[in-house]
Amino acid sequence: MIERAYLDDARTGQGLARLEAEVARLMALFAEAGAAKVDPAALQPAEVLLDLYGEDIRARAFVTSDGEREMMLRPDFTVPVVERHMAHGAEPARYCYAGRVWRRQDSGASRASEYLQCGFELFDGADPAAADAEAFALFARALQGRGLQPATGDMGLLFAAIDGLATTDDRRHALRRHVWRPVRFHRLLERYASVRHPKADLVSEVGDDPLPAVRAAGRAVGKRSAQEVAQRIKRLVRDAATPPLADIEVDLIEALLDLRAPAAQALTKLRDLARESTSLAPAVDRFAARLEALDTRGVDVHDLPFEGSFGRTTLEYYDGFVFGFYAPERPDLPVIASGGRYDALTRALDAAGGGVPAVGGIIRPEALLALEAGR
Amino acid sequence: MTLKLGVPSKGRLQDDTFAWFADRGVTLKRTGAGREYAGRVDGASGVELVLLSAGEIPREMAQGRIHMGVTGQDLVAEKLRAGTVAEVAELGFGHADLIVAVPAFWIDVDTMDDLDAAAAAFRAAHGHRLRVATKYHALTRRFFREHGVADYSLVDSQGATEGTVKHQTAEAITDITSTGETLRANHLKVLADGIILRSQATLFASRRAEWGEDVRAAYTALMQKLLPDDGGGAPWT
Repeated sequence: MIERAYLDDARTGQGLARLEAEVARLMALFAEAGAAKVDPAALQPAEVLLDLYGEDIRARAFVTSDGEREMMLRPDFTVPVVERHMAHGAEPARYCYAGRVWRRQDSGASRASEYLQCGFELFDGADPAAADAEAFALFARALQGRGLQPATGDMGLLFAAIDGLATTDDRRHALRRHVWRPVRFHRLLERYASVRHPKADLVSEVGDDPLPAVRAAGRAVGKRSAQEVAQRIKRLVRDAATPPLADIEVDLIEALLDLRAPAAQALTKLRDLARESTSLAPAVDRFAARLEALDTRGVDVHDLPFEGSFGRTTLEYYDGFVFGFYAPERPDLPVIASGGRYDALTRALDAAGGGVPAVGGIIRPEALLALEAGR
Repeated sequence: MTLKLGVPSKGRLQDDTFAWFADRGVTLKRTGAGREYAGRVDGASGVELVLLSAGEIPREMAQGRIHMGVTGQDLVAEKLRAGTVAEVAELGFGHADLIVAVPAFWIDVDTMDDLDAAAAAFRAAHGHRLRVATKYHALTRRFFREHGVADYSLVDSQGATEGTVKHQTAEAITDITSTGETLRANHLKVLADGIILRSQATLFASRRAEWGEDVRAAYTALMQKLLPDDGGGAPWT
């Protein structure tokens, strides 16, 4: 028998009873908050997940086949819950769930490949700040007294800063696309701030009329056509003519990513930054509205840690408020709870493209109990 | 118990492996006729020869069914988790590079960064991710992640991978290439920073096998012949 994630003795007997009681406690809290229980299938079509997350999900999920389609053992609940809501739900809606998820782990990693998640998802576009605060406060209450440290961030600020850059749509789009890959993001930012263009030679040699050069370079095999190559070279010509980003703009993004302060104090700094970049102002207003809503829910925003870069290394779906709860003295355990706003994910899953504003998160009950066992 | 040494069961790789051992005073021999994969070792006591396909040798080492094996670094890197085996010696033959290749007429794409940008445009134009055909899924995925490439998907190709672009089942490939001629014949080029791995035939030792006293003694004696200078290390630690 494989030991349970993070717990030595929870497959049977008292250990199992304790775990089940903890899951029941969390689910009762979520139900009290108005959530309807959902129980998505453990086997999910791989196509949807691959389309959303790209190849990386294949390395992290267990992949199998139902004979016709490639299937994945559910790596998270969010996607099936969103799909279900899109098909059948009406706003506002609250859902909760408890069950196993499966994630492949690197060799030697102490992370479990099978573990439980208890989650809560809230679909409500009427007042996003209030929804963010409701979700965070609910998780804070569920985890109260366990000695956990909260962490918060806001991906919306970074996206707003990118949108405000005085540069081309192509460049803004490329930066948005790589927000979740910090190394690549910084390489792009450096490139856009530099006068030297990596494709300067190509642009000067064939930029005026690229198609003959493309044709001369070899037979046009494959689905990407010679016209597509030529079109991209024309885009590179425009890109090479784009003035580099001003230092002040790069500094703004860096300042945002480096910002670490209690949330209330962070707001003061963000207001300063918004004076330099007006595009940031609406996102900062949303941040302020969220703090107010959190305050209304009894969260002390003068004590709530905020980090500008928090949420950037997760699977790429959070695009607004992000939060986590972790145990600083237990680096052997994963983050105990995490969540955030994922409006863009719902747009990607909506055939009509409209999506629905959504925020939610999960708690790992086994890790939460392991915390108690370690004391 | 004897030390089990896994060696490729046929072909050039077997010939070169036998020659490498023979140069160091250890004779590996096939016994029996035809298809029976049995063998013998002269010049080293307590060593048993196991003839296996080169592709199976990594797994046999990971399962601990053989103590040592000769196979390509590419196969070990693709199939095994880090730390499963130890490299004892690179054998100086069986050179092959795992590379990323795209059509030669893609003059806008020379680097992995270019490939990423082209992939974004491709996805927007065609409604699906840029497909990369390969048999080396794990190595390719890790390399693409390190280079921050998004908007691609892997397509499994167990043979004739260079032809997948022409047949429009993939837009790019990663594959083992020793000369590059097949690439040129298929109108493909290697990206400037597209070398995923440089591989050669290598003698490995399993960290999962049981290294009893007899086996350790046989290993030490074998290493005195094969690698008198450095002794090959202690795979059981």
